[in-house]
Amino acid sequence: MTQSSIYAPEFARLVDVRPLTELEKLFTIELPDGRSLGHDPGQFVMVSIPGVGEAPISITSSPSRSNGTFELCVRRVGDVTNALHRMKPGDYVGIRGPFGHGFPIEQMRGKDLLFAPGGLGLAPLRSLINQVLDERGSFGRVIILYGAKRPAELLFRDELEEWAARDDVEFHVTVDRGDESWDGHIGVITTLFPLITVDPRNTVAVTCGPPIMYRFVIMEMLGKGIPETQIYLSLERRMKCGVGKCGHCQINDLYCCKEGPVFTYAQIKNVPEAL
Amino acid sequence: MRLRILPKEEVPRMVQALMEDYRVVGPKAKGPKFVFEPIVDPAEMRLDYNITILPPKVALQPPQERVAKIDLEGEVPQTDPLIEAEPTVIFGAHTCDIHALRLLDRAFAADYPDNHYLKRRQETLIISLECLEPCDEHSFCKDMGTLTADEGYDLHLTDIGDAYTVHIGTEAGEALLERCANTRAATDDDVRRLNEVLSAKWPRFTHRLNFDAAELPALLATAYEHPIWAELGERCLSCGSCTNVCPTCYCFNMLDTVSLTLKEALRIRRWDSCQLDEFARVAGGENFREARAARQRHRFFRKGKWLRERFDTTGCVGCGRCIRACLVNINIVEVFNTIHGSA
Ligand SMILES: Cc1cc2nc3c(=O)[nH]c(=O)nc-3n(C[C@H](O)[C@H](O)[C@H](O)COP(=O)(O)OP(=O)(O)OC[C@H]3O[C@@H](n4cnc5c(N)ncnc54)[C@H](O)[C@@H]3O)c2cc1C
Ligand code: SF4
Ligand code: SF4
Ligand code: FES
Repeated sequence: MTQSSIYAPEFARLVDVRPLTELEKLFTIELPDGRSLGHDPGQFVMVSIPGVGEAPISITSSPSRSNGTFELCVRRVGDVTNALHRMKPGDYVGIRGPFGHGFPIEQMRGKDLLFAPGGLGLAPLRSLINQVLDERGSFGRVIILYGAKRPAELLFRDELEEWAARDDVEFHVTVDRGDESWDGHIGVITTLFPLITVDPRNTVAVTCGPPIMYRFVIMEMLGKGIPETQIYLSLERRMKCGVGKCGHCQINDLYCCKEGPVFTYAQIKNVPEAL
Repeated sequence: MRLRILPKEEVPRMVQALMEDYRVVGPKAKGPKFVFEPIVDPAEMRLDYNITILPPKVALQPPQERVAKIDLEGEVPQTDPLIEAEPTVIFGAHTCDIHALRLLDRAFAADYPDNHYLKRRQETLIISLECLEPCDEHSFCKDMGTLTADEGYDLHLTDIGDAYTVHIGTEAGEALLERCANTRAATDDDVRRLNEVLSAKWPRFTHRLNFDAAELPALLATAYEHPIWAELGERCLSCGSCTNVCPTCYCFNMLDTVSLTLKEALRIRRWDSCQLDEFARVAGGENFREARAARQRHRFFRKGKWLRERFDTTGCVGCGRCIRACLVNINIVEVFNTIHGSA
């Protein structure tokens, strides 16, 4: 038996830290020896700061753009995330993972894709979206419906503009509350659904966002006729181990860290604690 | 069946011999109760104990343990995994606790092996003890099929009066016995006495569940919305005592600490409880199991259904510890019987 521990982090160097909004920063991280993380879109890592703690964070960069680094988009909300926000390029953070079940990109090839991230839910979906865009030819339509609370909370603005400008992406964005700078759509994310039509049997839909959002977004997706097995969602839970042991992430009998965080709606619709 | 005889007067000598090479964890008196703790003096070992407050699991998944040390002195922090195992003998574990270890073995080995537990397990020999009467009125091992065991031990002792019969479960157990104990071959008379003792024990145990425990998963499948969860939620104090004493509970928390000199950080794992309010709470304030009723349901579903379905072995071994520990008398037998009665 080896002396290795699934709970022992490996230290990786921050090569870039970029503010995205008032609350979120984008961290570019390099593993030792230029190793690639080898993740699937939708997977997460456990990020730690010695003496402070550890937090599960989705990998927001696409495997197709790794260049020996990966990116995390982190909102500061508590101990670990605030400590992370105080770090600078050249500092080291602990990494474990990648963990969890990501999006099954192979099963999405040839299909039309409908992405509906809300708020910080764009972080995990961006990994998949960018991989899809890098292999654009092997997918059908790409539709992105993105919602944020306020214009100032929109993440990855440069990429949003790029998506909006592309002919091969149908991009719609909305904010719950506008301001003087905003002349776009106003309303919650579900108000974007009437703007699109889909071929439901050939469409795979993907969503991630705050807990309250799922029910409503899924209702819209089902309303479009998209089958339950073709609706994917990524769920958040408290996580302490990331590897199916500590019990914190359980959704009834499912372990979110291991069987998820990506589930199909069919998988969780009868799991009462899921949504 | 390989059987040896260990005269009772030989037990202290055996324990003494084991102590030379192993940490021996056995039942000791603590006030009017018993605990599993490292034995310092063979005379402390109380093989006549009824039930321990904490199960022998403490020797394999201690309440708190260090899992990694991080050296912060250099430019790049260096992680040292801490796999802290020492050769151990668990002496005198009752069979319900042996069945519980099977579950822990599977849980810690599944998918991502947890070497902290597994290494300790690998370095541990188990000498179990056949129960001849129920520990007390709360035992329901007969219902859970755990009042005997035919695997999961290296050596298994049965009290036949002036001696113990020793079933040899593994080669490691056999070697241990040869090295550390004065035993003799079993005579026909020993075997006759063993059979008498074993057939006399069964009637002393009564069934307390009003149904076959094999039906539990199916029964619970119909009981997710049962009113009993709300009732339990009203009574439960969320103290976590029930999970702390349970031999099949293994949930934990991780804590990161740093030394005063800032030169070294430690990652520590500690037992945790799904009954505590913050167990499923995330940063935004969302608590995915906010209601006490939901947390109670979670525990009973794990014990009666989910652990069994996942690991193909019982998730509750009927030791009754959670019943004895609960300040408001929440009783797993009554809970299951109530659900069965209203099904
Ligand atoms: C699969 C997954 C992916 C995530 N991806 C991202 C992401 O890409 N970007 C991002 O900003 N956030 C993400 N989160 C949420 C992020 O993990 C929490 O915001 C973070 O754990 C908060 O830690 P803290 O120490 O800063 O907060 P505190 O409030 O100080 O945390 C206190 C304690 O609660 C625990 N805790 C609190 N919230 C969570 C939580 N949601 N999950 C697990 N443990 C928690 C922490 O471990 C800590 O011990 C993700 C969560 C999950 C489960
Ligand atoms: S649930 Fe109670 S009776 Fe069952 S194994 Fe745990 S402590 Fe023992
Ligand atoms: S011991 Fe009793 S009161 Fe305490 S958490 Fe368990 S059920 Fe609730
Ligand atoms: S995070 Fe520990 S079991 Fe999922």
